[in-house]
Amino acid sequence: MKRIKLALIPYSAYALIFIVAPILLILLYSFQDSSGSFTLENYARFFDLSDPVYLKVLWRSIKLAVISTVICLILGYPMAYILSRLPARIRGTVSFLFILPMWMNFLLRTYSWMSLLERTGLINSLIGWFNGILPSALQLPTLDIMYTQWAVVLGNVYNFLPFMILPIYTVLIKIDKSLIEAAQDLGASRGRVFRKVIFPLSLSGVVSGISMTFMPAVTTFVISRLLGGGQNALIGDMIENQFKVVGDWGFGSAMSVILMVLILLTMNVIQRYESENSGGSVLM
Amino acid sequence: MKKKRNPLAGIYSALIFLFLYAPIVVLIVFSFNSSKSRGHWGGFSLRWYETLFENSKLMDALQTTLSVALTSSAIAVIIGTAAALGMYFSRKRTRTLLMNVTSLPMLNADIVTGISLLLLFTFIGLKLGYTSLLLAHITFNIPYIILSVMPKLNQLDKNTFEAALDLGATPLQAFFKVMLPEISPGIITGFILAFTMSIDDFVISFFTTGADVSTLSVEIYSMSRRGIKPEINALSTLMFLAVLILLIIVNVRSGRDAQKREQERI
Repeated sequence: MKRIKLALIPYSAYALIFIVAPILLILLYSFQDSSGSFTLENYARFFDLSDPVYLKVLWRSIKLAVISTVICLILGYPMAYILSRLPARIRGTVSFLFILPMWMNFLLRTYSWMSLLERTGLINSLIGWFNGILPSALQLPTLDIMYTQWAVVLGNVYNFLPFMILPIYTVLIKIDKSLIEAAQDLGASRGRVFRKVIFPLSLSGVVSGISMTFMPAVTTFVISRLLGGGQNALIGDMIENQFKVVGDWGFGSAMSVILMVLILLTMNVIQRYESENSGGSVLM
Repeated sequence: MKKKRNPLAGIYSALIFLFLYAPIVVLIVFSFNSSKSRGHWGGFSLRWYETLFENSKLMDALQTTLSVALTSSAIAVIIGTAAALGMYFSRKRTRTLLMNVTSLPMLNADIVTGISLLLLFTFIGLKLGYTSLLLAHITFNIPYIILSVMPKLNQLDKNTFEAALDLGATPLQAFFKVMLPEISPGIITGFILAFTMSIDDFVISFFTTGADVSTLSVEIYSMSRRGIKPEINALSTLMFLAVLILLIIVNVRSGRDAQKREQERI
């Protein structure tokens, strides 16, 4: 048995060098100025209330991520529900169709939205065609969201919707059918069964869906760069910019630390909510 | 019990699928576009499929992507499986600690992981390029292996391993003859997951590769600023088809296996 534990050594060493040390390095750099001496300037600059450029970007990142997550939930829950009611035979195939798009490079898929959304893009051509045959009272407005915050939200929803649907779906198919039948036998209407039985039992899926959507949405820099143009930079763009363009690694590290803390706090809140909830439902 | 289908459910699903597949269809259709401009249809043509193989930059990137994905997943399988085994046999405290460290790269945003590795490679003086890229990919692949192998180990009956030892097998023999066959589905799942993540990764590669080595994702990103070449549409159409065919084969085969097992049981 002792010898088997030796199998841990390579991984422990690897994890120490490539997981723990790099995170400590970010912390270290975030407290250094360009000459390498200790400073709090990087954090002070971020939280500077007299010139809150960076706080505004952080606020925008959180705002767009929350909007995207809410839209994903509103669109994704019904889809997961419909999916879970399908016969088991075809369920596997249909849920496979949700994962399939992820096998195409996500940069390209996002880039493809540019062809669809542009002022002279495919969606507007289609609208123009409809307007050609519709009477003037029913004219459709053209879509002009490219390089706005809404384009970023659309990109987020598009890329992360499967991450919302799949966890909810996984929980929904595990719900004990006899609970639903019991509620029906006791005279609950369909809406009531959903509100009182199905939805509360699916909350753990909703919670993991929310964290799997919110996290990548708040940290992305690609989607905002491609669809949002230059004006809708997010915190991810700021960090990328410090490392790849400006070269101020100290400030970039400080922003990464802030992002890390933000994510850990969010996860903590979400998970606490989940454990309170599942604990509560057992007691009921 | 026969349920009546709600037509609204069908319409809703169709709309969601339209949303998810519209950009992919656009991409595939435009890979056959004879015009170079995006959004303008100039007639059917296979010219981008022909020029694709002459584009050495794209071919290099494809080669790097596949080579990094295969090598990093294979190395991650070895380190990750060993780690899962070691954790399985170690005390609970050690296991919890290591599992927490393992989940760090998954919890952390890709951009933070990428930057932290960039800082590490600079700090130890490793020149950014193929090696740093490979190390980065191994790092984010290992957790997928561990998390796929651990559940299989937990399902394992500890007694069978000890029985093999009692019957005179060396621990290594006992591992290869008794444990490995049981946990191999977990290893394969982990490998496929890691391989996929590696091919699809952009953010971590972007920060950990040098100027002269680029993966497909990195290449696409740098192209997206100057305008995407239609060849890349052709290449991703081919890759998408390859994956689709592969997945269908795997699904059909595992379906057939399940049927066979079902019949044997009867």
